[in-house]
Amino acid sequence: MANLNTEFLGIPSPNPFWLASAPPTDKAYNVNRAFEAGWGGAVWKTLGEDPHIVNVSGPRYSALHSNDRRVIGFNNIELITDRPLQTNLDEMRQVKRDWPDRALVASVMFPMNEQTWAKYLPMIEDTGADAFELNFGCPHGMSERGMGAAVGQVPEYIQMATEWAKKAATVPVIVKLTPNVTNILPPAKGALDGGADAVSLINTVNSIMRVNYDTLTMYPTTDGMGTHGGYCGEAVKPIALNMVAEIARTKETQALPISGIGGISDWRDAVDFLALGASNVQVCTAAMVYGFKIIDDLVDGLSNFLDDKQLTLDDLVGKAVPSVTDWQYLNLNYVEKAVIDQDLCIKCGRCHIVCEDTSHQAITNTVNGERRFEVIDEECVGCNLCVSVCPVDGCISMQQLTDGTDPRTGEPIRTEKRNWTMHPNNPMRKTD
Amino acid sequence: MPDNKPDIRSHRLGKGEIADNFGDLHPPLSRSEALIEADRCYFCYDAPCTIACPTGIDIPGFIQKIRSDNIRGSAHTILRENIMGGMCARVCPTEVLCEEACVRNSHEEKPVRIGLLQRYATDPIFTEGSALFARAATTGKRIAVVGGGPAGLSCAHRLAMLGHDVVVYHRDRKPGGLNEYGIAAYKVIDDFAQKEVDYILSIGGIELRGGAVMGVDFSLQQLRDAYDAVFIGIGLGSVNALGLPGEEMTGVESAIDYIATLRQSGDLGELPVGRRVVVIGGGMTAIDIAVQSKRLGAENVDLVYRRGPEQMGASRYEQELAQTNGVNIRRWAKPGGLLGDSHVTGVEFERTELDDEGRLRATGDRFTLAADTVFKAIGQAMDADVFGEGAEHLQLKNGRILVDSAQKTSLDDVWAGGDCVLGGDDLTVTAVQHGKLAAVDIDKRLRTN
Ligand SMILES: Cc1cc2nc3c(=O)[nH]c(=O)nc-3n(C[C@H](O)[C@H](O)[C@H](O)COP(=O)(O)OP(=O)(O)OC[C@H]3O[C@@H](n4cnc5c(N)ncnc54)[C@H](O)[C@@H]3O)c2cc1C
Ligand SMILES: Cc1cc2nc3c(=O)[nH]c(=O)nc-3n(C[C@H](O)[C@H](O)[C@H](O)COP(=O)(O)O)c2cc1C
Ligand code: SF4
Ligand code: SF4
Ligand code: SF4
Repeated sequence: MANLNTEFLGIPSPNPFWLASAPPTDKAYNVNRAFEAGWGGAVWKTLGEDPHIVNVSGPRYSALHSNDRRVIGFNNIELITDRPLQTNLDEMRQVKRDWPDRALVASVMFPMNEQTWAKYLPMIEDTGADAFELNFGCPHGMSERGMGAAVGQVPEYIQMATEWAKKAATVPVIVKLTPNVTNILPPAKGALDGGADAVSLINTVNSIMRVNYDTLTMYPTTDGMGTHGGYCGEAVKPIALNMVAEIARTKETQALPISGIGGISDWRDAVDFLALGASNVQVCTAAMVYGFKIIDDLVDGLSNFLDDKQLTLDDLVGKAVPSVTDWQYLNLNYVEKAVIDQDLCIKCGRCHIVCEDTSHQAITNTVNGERRFEVIDEECVGCNLCVSVCPVDGCISMQQLTDGTDPRTGEPIRTEKRNWTMHPNNPMRKTD
Repeated sequence: MPDNKPDIRSHRLGKGEIADNFGDLHPPLSRSEALIEADRCYFCYDAPCTIACPTGIDIPGFIQKIRSDNIRGSAHTILRENIMGGMCARVCPTEVLCEEACVRNSHEEKPVRIGLLQRYATDPIFTEGSALFARAATTGKRIAVVGGGPAGLSCAHRLAMLGHDVVVYHRDRKPGGLNEYGIAAYKVIDDFAQKEVDYILSIGGIELRGGAVMGVDFSLQQLRDAYDAVFIGIGLGSVNALGLPGEEMTGVESAIDYIATLRQSGDLGELPVGRRVVVIGGGMTAIDIAVQSKRLGAENVDLVYRRGPEQMGASRYEQELAQTNGVNIRRWAKPGGLLGDSHVTGVEFERTELDDEGRLRATGDRFTLAADTVFKAIGQAMDADVFGEGAEHLQLKNGRILVDSAQKTSLDDVWAGGDCVLGGDDLTVTAVQHGKLAAVDIDKRLRTN
């Protein structure tokens, strides 16, 4: 078994899986159960000022389902904790005392004035919490009050609040970023400049799930009216991965340790985040959809994977980051063609019709009068569409042309690399 | 063998058991089952299942609509190609049609359950009676359809849709043909055949004349004189005989006739059933009479067929259904003689095999099976003298009507389809397709002439 012990910002936990600040970490009852199940740490449900906020007493959640009602995406309009601060503090103290080997992080959200931060942070730190996470992400409700995403969307505010937190806290400060921005780098830079020890991302994405087809109102509603909420779960993972990778590969931000969040439900999702630069990961929706038991697969799946690859957890972190670059640096001399394994092909014809209707007319449907699907190398641009739609895993693969000519362009296959910055069609190309 | 008195009686099983035995063979899918099953469909291009469906239903298209809860749209996709899509969902041997072709077989040896999905999509139409089809502007043309089975009704519906007026003549008390009188009871519960007929007629422009027998009450010539076109879908009127001495003994029965009685019986428990039943034949009818006898309480049912399982007309699935219902299937034996005086007491069989040239021959090895009832299910034939006057130039072959690919006969104003034509496969779905094709061709001819 690979060693999954992690030290994120020096905070030890028996594995890199923390529960994200959300309902699963709302109170001691839940967190005790999570730790019993084997979770490595928990970021407590975001604390705020007293008097505590109130939630709606109607639907907070809604889901994007597959036909067999697997939850693919999840939406919520829940606010931060709706319990008195002292109740939370008492419970956090107890939990940390009972579970000294697990990470316990206090998520916080306060209005934009320094006194409030200075007043509350020492009180909270006194519970024994290992770190703070500043919630600059919540896209609904709290943002209307000038907190959450309203802060997270302005790098200067992030920096300012981070500085206040750093002044008031002695434990590390993690800044949780909102994905509701066009470019994640300025907020990350704001956190760094404010002195953040790490960033965590993503929080939820602004969203409306759908309409109700009978009432033709948005869905869900509270007494007939609804509001946009935060989107999370499997569907947001690619958005999160891009943002994590951007921070990890950019010179100005790459020093920031990252706690990866967004759509993690099995160990492979965790591998995605870790390889793209996160040092640990946090999970919310998958636990809310299946309960805490999913930790079993997360832990031994990751461990088996590391064993198979003969890697340590540290080796894995950031392993894929060097493979992420800008479009302009991709090698335009590199050519791949789709290849169909006729033994695996079940002849559904999907590859043919999608290529025919929407791509490059590069897959046959009939060969010598028989139903047969073959790639026409003269037409195939190597786009990967057929691979993406084929229902049989591994049936279509992309294979590199290493010599000869590309039958599509008639151009010889060149071994030297040529990207857009050097391409003759680029008026701004660098000439050497 | 002991020549004891025939043991044939009613009420072998209690009411509850009978009700269970004649309930739905395949219960309908619930909404969640249907959604999960629909999700298994790959939405194939030029889908093999559609190609395999004799009526060419756009199967991925209707399944897609189930996925989006567009049930009325789904039913329309089905019924516009096959107006008996509801019946076919229940009776098609899907294991040798659409489901055999499903690409999921190559993937996981488990096809999408197309038949059950088709039923899921069409059931609400018959309960709600939603009108999915409207008639085109009236053409003033009148067409006679002979036969109220799948072929005739399918033809009538399509003709009505295309704006023609149709009169359907049929022999029986109720319309529906074998849907009403032949299909196994547990495949079509709750009077579905009549519900479907009602739905078909609800389009308007179709007049039904029951109890009207061609060859007795009117001739083909009279129809040809009185109508712009004639469609013949009379099915197969007579049952093949065994050709053995003693066939007229009581206890030797036509499976078709018994099933017709069964299908019309208000109380199945009242039906007399033999204790020991021997069925001779290997097609759908043989399987159906064997299984239904068993389900009525027969103690022992032997089904004897002269060749092997591959040659049986009944599909592999139907054969298994018989076996799981406790029917003993005995292959490679043919009847050599009927035993008994006035009532049959048994059948003597002779074992068969294939000779070196692949011809069937008897081995001389014999055995007997005791029987209270012997059912003949060795096929049916068309009555060639059913047309009366006007069929002198109607070409027949192998005792069935010869038609072209548009279902037109050798007569310029007569089309035919279903079991009575040559080259069919004696399936409901094929009869429906014949009727549809004929209607389209009739329409074309009438509009160009
Ligand atoms: C026992 C049994 C079980 C079967 N099970 C299945 C099954 O599970 N699945 C399947 O796909 N197929 C099954 N079949 C086959 C299927 O029922 C037939 O292929 C189908 O009904 C043929 O339709 P049709 O319209 O040609 O004839 P029919 O259904 O036979 O209808 C003939 C019509 O013509 C009328 N008619 C006949 N003679 C005259 C006349 N002289 N004058 C006026 N009207 C006349 C009759 O009244 C009837 O309305 C089964 C058949 C039998 C016998
Ligand atoms: C119901 C719900 C409530 C949440 N509440 C908070 C919160 O109070 N503080 C916070 O920082 N993030 C909150 N989040 C965001 C999650 O912590 C997490 O960042 C996000 O859901 C993405 O991860 P996931 O895809 O694993 O759910 C909440 C998410 C959900 C679904
Ligand atoms: S999940 Fe629990 S609290 Fe929420 S609506 Fe259902 S029963 Fe009520
Ligand atoms: S999509 Fe895959 S399985 Fe389907 S025809 Fe193409 S290669 Fe074959
Ligand atoms: S062959 Fe099977 S998977 Fe393909 S469209 Fe038909 S039912 Fe769907």
